[in-house]
Amino acid sequence: MIIGILAYQGAIEEHLKMTKIALESMKINGEVKLVKKYDEIKEINGLIIPGGESTTIGKISSLNQTIQLIKQRIYEGMPVLGTCAGLILLAKRVYDRVIGEVRQSLIGVMDITIERNAFGRQRESFEADLEIPIIGEKKFRGVFIRAPVIREVGPNVEVLSRLGNLIVAVKQGSIIGTAFHPELTDDPRIHQLFIKEICNRLL
Amino acid sequence: MISLVSEVKNSKGLKYDILEGVEVKRGSALVKRGFAHMQKHGVIMDVTNIEQAQIAEEAGAVAVMVLDKLPYDVRKAGGVARTASLKIIEEIMDHVTIPVMAKCRIGHTYEAKVLEAIGVDMIDESEVLTPADEERHIWKWDFTTPFVCGARDLGEALRRIEEGASMIRTKGEPGTGNVAEAIKHIRIVNNEIRRIKAIYESGDQQELVKIARELKVSYELVEEVGRLGRLPVVNFAAGGIATPADAALMMTLGCDGIFVGSGIFKSEDPLERAQAIVIATTFYDDPEKVAEAQEMISESKSMMGLDIKTLELKMQERGTS
Repeated sequence: MIIGILAYQGAIEEHLKMTKIALESMKINGEVKLVKKYDEIKEINGLIIPGGESTTIGKISSLNQTIQLIKQRIYEGMPVLGTCAGLILLAKRVYDRVIGEVRQSLIGVMDITIERNAFGRQRESFEADLEIPIIGEKKFRGVFIRAPVIREVGPNVEVLSRLGNLIVAVKQGSIIGTAFHPELTDDPRIHQLFIKEICNRLL
Repeated sequence: MISLVSEVKNSKGLKYDILEGVEVKRGSALVKRGFAHMQKHGVIMDVTNIEQAQIAEEAGAVAVMVLDKLPYDVRKAGGVARTASLKIIEEIMDHVTIPVMAKCRIGHTYEAKVLEAIGVDMIDESEVLTPADEERHIWKWDFTTPFVCGARDLGEALRRIEEGASMIRTKGEPGTGNVAEAIKHIRIVNNEIRRIKAIYESGDQQELVKIARELKVSYELVEEVGRLGRLPVVNFAAGGIATPADAALMMTLGCDGIFVGSGIFKSEDPLERAQAIVIATTFYDDPEKVAEAQEMISESKSMMGLDIKTLELKMQERGTS
């Protein structure tokens, strides 16, 4: 199993470390690689798109045309985990809380509508305990940094977690997206969930 | 997963609130340092107006830093350099989706409070502006907004982290288009870290205590540097970066990302240059890609550089205590 971390911008090393911890905890032999080039993205079994700035990651992946390849591979069934900026890039519809309509490159595979910067600016960023039933009863410490929220979901999208009424984690087939940053805490359960998804695909 | 070393418990910057019926915590080291982690491998660009901010966003900047004048012009103008006009900062916040940062004077707690009040995403307590307090920096734990500070060596970096900085950058020599000082500063920091790591691994705690005393910081901070083999917060390059190759070089020296001050908007090809520096920062380990980026710009359009030896004002010597 080869898991790729899209290594253009953002919390790349943090995801690398967390994925290795998750693999080890599940006793699965797998390789975790930073991927940037077309050929590297072709050979992976799953992809993590990290948190960072979605405009930057989208810009770079459209400049070197990997965005089309990622889209094609996801349509072929490759599991993908997008956190924060990664979630934004996976969405089909995106707007900004202040600016409204945004012009940015998207992978656009998830049938969801995203509101960017939904909680406000950095001083409004927060951490909070979340209930995510699919990974167990124990609460998950969610770190929300200038985070988006999911305002609308299509019929094929499963809601994994809400903060009050706000949708903050979703799953559509093998695509998992979180508005928070599981790579910043020491709880590997979201990464384990993603790895399970890859295992199911490889069976 | 990220280091929370030195966090002050019950600091004034911590805020508890109820959001959607859920208890939330704001201004923690996790949330502030976490913000800096999201900037990694990115380029933060100095801007003075909306047009420049939009060019930066279009080029793929991860954030913009708002100043009244670019560092090169601060040097030329002389006088007292203060924080930018709030109106311009607010206008820029209304026109770009990426984070907006702004600079305040070293030790000027109230300029920082004002920047926090209008919602700036990160505050740079910066030597580019005229220092307001020669003795003390801002006590940054009092703020919910994260701070970045400059450093020329490990002692400066760790003292700023102990005061609550969530991110460090090299000082370099701002406004010169000359990357030499930034290189010097990152090398000094790297060498000091390597030495502490070796001592940490040897188990010689007494020597670590001695180093902590020399650097005037807590033992736990020195120990954490030894354990991690790097700074416990994100560390960017700044001060004199003007070309894609400059950015790529700083990344190979172990920097987590790049600040570009005068290098972009004092050049004659700002959009191309901004894009090229973003590409070079992402693909720094691939010389062919960096060459492609370098080809996007023309050296005849680079800003005029300044020789460090002839400078009347060395900004890096400000706020070293």
